[in-house]
Amino acid sequence: MKPELQCTIIDESSEYSLRELCNVCKVHAQFIQDLIDEGILSPQGQSPQEWRFAAIEIKRIQVSIRLQQDLRINLPGTALALDLLDEITQLKRSKSYLDQFYALDNDR
Amino acid sequence: MEFKDYYTTLGIDRNATQDEVKRAYRKLARKFHPDINKEDSAEQRFKEIGEAYEVLQDTEKRAAYDKFGKDWQAGQDFKPPPDWDNGFEFNGGGYTENDASQFSDFFESLFGAQGRPGAQDPFAGQQARYAGKGQDLHAKIVINLGDSYLGSKQSLTLQRPTVDDSGHVITRPHTLQVSIPRGITEGQQIRLAGQGAEGMGGGTNGDLFLEVAFSKHNFFTHDLRDIMLTLPIAPWEAALGASIQVPTLGGTVELKIPPNSQTGKKMRLKGRGLCSAKLSGDQYVTLAIMVPKPVTEKDTELYNSMKENMSFNPRSHLGVHL
Repeated sequence: MKPELQCTIIDESSEYSLRELCNVCKVHAQFIQDLIDEGILSPQGQSPQEWRFAAIEIKRIQVSIRLQQDLRINLPGTALALDLLDEITQLKRSKSYLDQFYALDNDR
Repeated sequence: MEFKDYYTTLGIDRNATQDEVKRAYRKLARKFHPDINKEDSAEQRFKEIGEAYEVLQDTEKRAAYDKFGKDWQAGQDFKPPPDWDNGFEFNGGGYTENDASQFSDFFESLFGAQGRPGAQDPFAGQQARYAGKGQDLHAKIVINLGDSYLGSKQSLTLQRPTVDDSGHVITRPHTLQVSIPRGITEGQQIRLAGQGAEGMGGGTNGDLFLEVAFSKHNFFTHDLRDIMLTLPIAPWEAALGASIQVPTLGGTVELKIPPNSQTGKKMRLKGRGLCSAKLSGDQYVTLAIMVPKPVTEKDTELYNSMKENMSFNPRSHLGVHL
């Protein structure tokens, strides 16, 4: 029998320390510090030892890395892109809801 | 093997300058980057664009590729002529930092070390001397809302890069059974430790990150943990109130519509959204009054009778009279 896969859900109910975050994302603490300074990440807690990161921020880190590598976007540009992507996601959700609402007219 | 027309992929002429190649690549890379473009085909396009750029931005590779002339069409069956690369300098690797394991067979046969049996690969046989952690892999998993509502098990097959006996990176299909927990939402990731690319020379494997996306449902939409439904109702149900059946992901429930309800009224079914062990979501029902078509004479009579007996001006707030 195959061993059970070690499976972690990255959702809004779990939190990570700086060390755990660096480990999962395979980045240096300095990179995390840079993202915090740019406002891309906002941990709870005062000092790096106390920082707690929402697990959902892992995706922001991963997207930041990819955008910087693939498209040569600098940090402020990455922050802007992430904010705009969030907004687009939200707008698309609203749109799919409205599309469904107005589709009723065409159904019958 | 299919011939790849790299010029068409980048949308440029065969006589484009190196600057034009670069500009075309950058523009398309921004457009099809999988983090930005959420279309299903974006990732594939992004890889093709990267592969085309890999060849055309390098003047040596481009010159070698150009030797095939313009007679070849994309998709045509292709076999490189023997010694086609004589006099060029990229033998034995020559990859840039791009992830070459994602490139096509066509690319691999021309520019990869595997394509040239005589070529000396400086790294062949040496991979055991250093150890490196395998790369993390990212993939998308598409599930339906019901899978999230109840939790489910999914089987998915991924192309996982691995190193073969001669030290070359190849991709192999790899099938995984993944448990989807109850209440997972779109955009959330499932991390599978050790299921990424294989490590080199005894190094540990990378991790696999699966990002969840929902397939389109016939009538439900979703906003994070909340489920949205537009509920058509009859004018008399809206006017007089009614108790009606509403579908939810967990089965049908009764909903009381208060008298005098209008289109656009939003009602909440608490805890009927995507609930995980710790967090709960709701279902929101938006009412939409449907006007029945008068079919029989009696129907028309009813409408006429309403018109005559009810003083109703739906446009009073616009300052116009009936």
